[in-house]
Amino acid sequence: MWLSNSSIGRKVVMSVTGVALVLFLTFHMSMNLVALFSEDAYNMVCEFLGANWYALVATVALAALFVIHIIYAFWLTMLNRKARGSERYAVSQKPKSVEWASQNMLVLGIVVILGLLLHFANFWYKMQFAEIIGDHFLGEFGPTDGAAYIAYTFGCPVYVVIYLVWLLALWFHLTHGFWSAMQTFGWSNKIWFERWRIIGNVYSTLVVLGFAVVVVVYFFKSLC
Amino acid sequence: MEKIISFTLKIWRQNGPKDKGHFDTFQMKDIPGDTSFLEMLDILNEQLVSEGKEPVVFDHDCREGICGMCSLYINGHPHGPATGATTCQIYMRRFNDGDTITVEPWRSAGFPVIKDLMVDRSAYDKIMQAGGYVSVNTGAAQDANAILIPKTAADEAMDAASCIGCGACVAACKNGSAMLFVSAKVSQLALLPQGKSEAARRAKAMLAKMDELGFGNCTNTRACEAECPKNVSISNIARLNREFIKAKLKD
Ligand code: HEM
Ligand code: SF4
Ligand code: FES
Repeated sequence: MWLSNSSIGRKVVMSVTGVALVLFLTFHMSMNLVALFSEDAYNMVCEFLGANWYALVATVALAALFVIHIIYAFWLTMLNRKARGSERYAVSQKPKSVEWASQNMLVLGIVVILGLLLHFANFWYKMQFAEIIGDHFLGEFGPTDGAAYIAYTFGCPVYVVIYLVWLLALWFHLTHGFWSAMQTFGWSNKIWFERWRIIGNVYSTLVVLGFAVVVVVYFFKSLC
Repeated sequence: MEKIISFTLKIWRQNGPKDKGHFDTFQMKDIPGDTSFLEMLDILNEQLVSEGKEPVVFDHDCREGICGMCSLYINGHPHGPATGATTCQIYMRRFNDGDTITVEPWRSAGFPVIKDLMVDRSAYDKIMQAGGYVSVNTGAAQDANAILIPKTAADEAMDAASCIGCGACVAACKNGSAMLFVSAKVSQLALLPQGKSEAARRAKAMLAKMDELGFGNCTNTRACEAECPKNVSISNIARLNREFIKAKLKD
């Protein structure tokens, strides 16, 4: 199968799962913004995406995307380290055009995983998971009271800082990932390379800012 | 006024692929600025020979930037600090009095060291043999003139064809990937009518060979194009990806 036994095929799997995750992030971010306008509307969304069959199917599909992306990430990194060999240059200098993020995608991805685990503990476990097992008192609030969980979590400055660092890592991952995925699909040339990079930077910045603004607004709300 | 410099050379010595290897240090005195980097190594080797010591082994041939043999990793850059130039095209005036200049071989699993600074780049020949050619006779110059080729396509093909197969792209790549080389060799033919008909087969065969020989998976870091002495662009890699994915989807 070319998606596993050729280098370009493996990269295509990375890109397809990566782009699908970017679309998921966009959707998740838009949902979060609802909380800024109306907490009732946000809780309605939470209810809608609780333990219903369609939300569960989507969750499983999403989890599969993550798992594939992560397995391939470690696999590619392993293959690449082997191809690079064990000898290291005594002196080596990074050319200016090489982005830092492009050489640290795995590290950034691992930070994303760590943030994700915390995020599961803060929200998912107490919300969707609580509904799945039918224990509605797993968390501090009801499983569909998302707005209360947001206010609760981001009232704590430590969580605010951790979530912002998490988002920053995601931003770096996406600024490289976006154009890299287009390049991997072959949808690039000298002109489109520059365009994808700008589109990718603007898009990642908007998505990450969308997430960050909810965190920051709720933090300031908790102060007054 | 002519620049004359004295400096310290740190050169990698390794007796064979299995040897551990180490750095040797040499003091170079009063080297004129218009000595080329390879001539400077010649001067060093003459000194070593006259002292009865073993000269440093390094690859070279044309000494004018067209054969791609002079594979040296100088002060952290393949082909040294210059951009768009091979090792044989850089001159000592680029360095300063009192500098320490570190010279290493390409370090990548695909290019094992033969001795000192010389590496085995025959993997590139194997990739070329896998499909880097046109298998029909395309005629003589007048036949080429009978086929109209858009200027933009001709220019891009020529830019890709400027690749000299030096291996700096692999040497620069943290993933040990040969994608810039393979993509240049696929593009130089895929862009022209004579090469187009075999483009899919060529892309598949050359990429399969590259993977088989153990080169890495390209993660688009762009170190290759920054260090390539011929400024080959990663837009060629996008073209290779496109050709390859199209071919696989059709199968
Ligand atoms: C929301 C989460 C994530 C999104 C949206 C995302 C998105 C992307 C995108 C679009 C790419 C570029 C694909 C390509 O050029 O082939 C990519 C590459 C990569 N991702 Fe992720 N990613 C996410 C999470 C992760 C995680 C958790 C890891 C785990 C370690 C990870 C590791 C990597 C690595 C190593 C690459 C580079 C692979 C390569 O270029 O070959 N990512 N990611
Ligand atoms: S693409 Fe550039 S760096 Fe790579 S082999 Fe060709 S000339 Fe050398
Ligand atoms: S010796 Fe031929 S390119 Fe340098």
